[in-house]
Amino acid sequence: MGTRILTVEDDQRIRASVKLALEDEGWIVDEAESGEEAVKVFARTSADVVLIDIMLPGMDGFDLCRTIRRSSDVPIVMVTARVDTHDVVAGLEAGADDYLTKPFAPKELSARIRALLRRARPAAPGHAKMSFGNLDIIPDEGKVLLNQKEVSITKTEFRLLCELAQDPGGVFSREDLLDKVWGYGYFGDGRLVDVHIRRLRMKVEDDPANPKHVVTVRGLGYRLQS
Amino acid sequence: MTSPITNKQRPATNLRLRIRAFALKYRFRRIGLRNRILITFGFGALILSVVLATTTYSLTRSNLIAQREESSAKQANRSAQLLTTDLKTYPDNAQFSLSRIGADNPLLYYHGEWTPAIANFGPNLIPESLLKQVIEEKVSARIITRIGKDTVLIIGIPLTDINAQYFEFITFDHVGATLESLRLALLSAAAITTFVGLMLGLFAAQRAVRPLASAALAARAIADGRLDTRLEPTSDPDLKILTESFNEMAETMQKRVERDAQFASDVSHELRSPLMTLSASIEVMNGRRSELSDRSQAALDLLIADVARFQSLVEDLLEISRFDAGAIRLTRENLNLMEFVRQAVAVSSLPETNISCETDIEKIIIRGDRRRLARVIANLIDNARVHSDGTPSVVVSLAEEDAPVGHVWIAVEDDGQGLIESEMQRIFDRFTRGAMAGNRGTSEGAGLGLALVNEHVRLHGGRVWAQHRRDGEPGARFVVELSIESQS
Repeated sequence: MGTRILTVEDDQRIRASVKLALEDEGWIVDEAESGEEAVKVFARTSADVVLIDIMLPGMDGFDLCRTIRRSSDVPIVMVTARVDTHDVVAGLEAGADDYLTKPFAPKELSARIRALLRRARPAAPGHAKMSFGNLDIIPDEGKVLLNQKEVSITKTEFRLLCELAQDPGGVFSREDLLDKVWGYGYFGDGRLVDVHIRRLRMKVEDDPANPKHVVTVRGLGYRLQS
Repeated sequence: MTSPITNKQRPATNLRLRIRAFALKYRFRRIGLRNRILITFGFGALILSVVLATTTYSLTRSNLIAQREESSAKQANRSAQLLTTDLKTYPDNAQFSLSRIGADNPLLYYHGEWTPAIANFGPNLIPESLLKQVIEEKVSARIITRIGKDTVLIIGIPLTDINAQYFEFITFDHVGATLESLRLALLSAAAITTFVGLMLGLFAAQRAVRPLASAALAARAIADGRLDTRLEPTSDPDLKILTESFNEMAETMQKRVERDAQFASDVSHELRSPLMTLSASIEVMNGRRSELSDRSQAALDLLIADVARFQSLVEDLLEISRFDAGAIRLTRENLNLMEFVRQAVAVSSLPETNISCETDIEKIIIRGDRRRLARVIANLIDNARVHSDGTPSVVVSLAEEDAPVGHVWIAVEDDGQGLIESEMQRIFDRFTRGAMAGNRGTSEGAGLGLALVNEHVRLHGGRVWAQHRRDGEPGARFVVELSIESQS
């Protein structure tokens, strides 16, 4: 079965044209014109990537993000109107993995989708399990355990954690992480990393306000330690 | 009836008056409100204190003299009585009697002789009128006269019982000393009053000018784009007019600017949805171009090019309306200058553009929003690409004539036909295109690129300007000046 993409967009013509463009990439595209419809379609088809326009009538894109996140770790790309409003951070906090600003080129969208669909790099080849104190990562199964209990983590968060685990104790700059996890170059948006780190801490730290594992190295980046 | 002479003279006088009035007016204008108030206060205080001092002095003086005159007259009468009694008893010893009465400057006319015969104040100093009154008419009389430098009171009393006349000279030495100190006191009082007046004037001038100064500051702030600047409301009825109308004006202007910005923003927002459909659809068509005929392919290429142009125009419009609405938030971070420039050039429309730099510039760190600054470089390179046939180049250097060194220059040079002097300022205005742009068939660039460059650089606290190429070759040079954060 091919990759399924769910596009949630209230403008019928945009939906149709994006569907055409994505189908040319060889993907199967499902459509929804509202948040409510998207929830139903998603439950029925279980897409591999969801594309959400933040500005939706009724249930807005943020609510939809949160609703989907409650039951799924599917990668979500949101479409915002502006780069510098609070929308971007709010969308990422709501659970989106990446964002695009309208109008975007379909090529850009497919590049984003491909980056999100990439599998996590094995953190330590040959190791079935990596341990950082009370935090365990099982790369092959895509599982993370905190205090022996499995935590629910999105694919992107898992990839981020695995990248940090490549060099335990080593410092990764935001540029490094943007490149390795999202495939962005020098001009990627550092807020992607910051918000994802924040989300990751909520899941892998006993006290997210005083992180022990995912530590900020001031002015340099982030580090994973036990 | 007016004589012909006055008729002739009048225009001349009028003219002179007018010139004087003009000169006066001109001078006053040049002096300025603050100094005018200061001068008025100072001058007022001076006149007031002079008038007061003069009045006080003359009143006191006449009062003192009158007192002295009265007491002296009484004293002289007593002396005259004493003298009469004495001379009745010893008619021949005038000299002795005179010395007994204890007056300072007495003079006796007795039996046709003046006693004392030799004195500081002799009979020759007595005015004729007094002599006549006392000796001939035999009435008491007095006169104040000046002898040399001194003011002297001369009292004449006829001693009718013994057929003699008594005169006494009274000087005002005491009064003079008193008046002297009074004069000093009044003079210093006048000086102090004038000084206090000047101080008050200074204070009043400051107070009077303060609302003007704050209005000027507010106006400048508004001109600089802080449209929500308002004057503090005041209860002063005179200033209320200024404050209220100023704030009203600012309010109206702000609303208008916001409405314009909102309109531009709304229009661009509305344009984005059709653009989205357009660009997605052409991409689908472009993916299947082999299915199209040659003519359709040519048409598609035109479509692709212009949709791209349309898209960048809408993005520029949106960005500039965000500037107008003050909605831009910079994400500032420390950037290695050269790394940033190389990356920015790499994502521009001419990624192969040659970059040259000074050797000691590699470690410079600047602070800024990397994506917005990259737009600056990209737009400048676009501009250079459109306005020249060859390839532009980027030159990074330390700012010249900059001590201590705190700025860098990122210059984009092209080999086009260069700029006309008059364009160099205007070129950063919105929708202004260089003269060359109009002549080009492709009329690329919407005219917002350089305006955005200007806004972005200004938001970063930097400067941007256009100039001729400095190596004498034809072509333009656009320089962005940014401050250095650190230099490790």
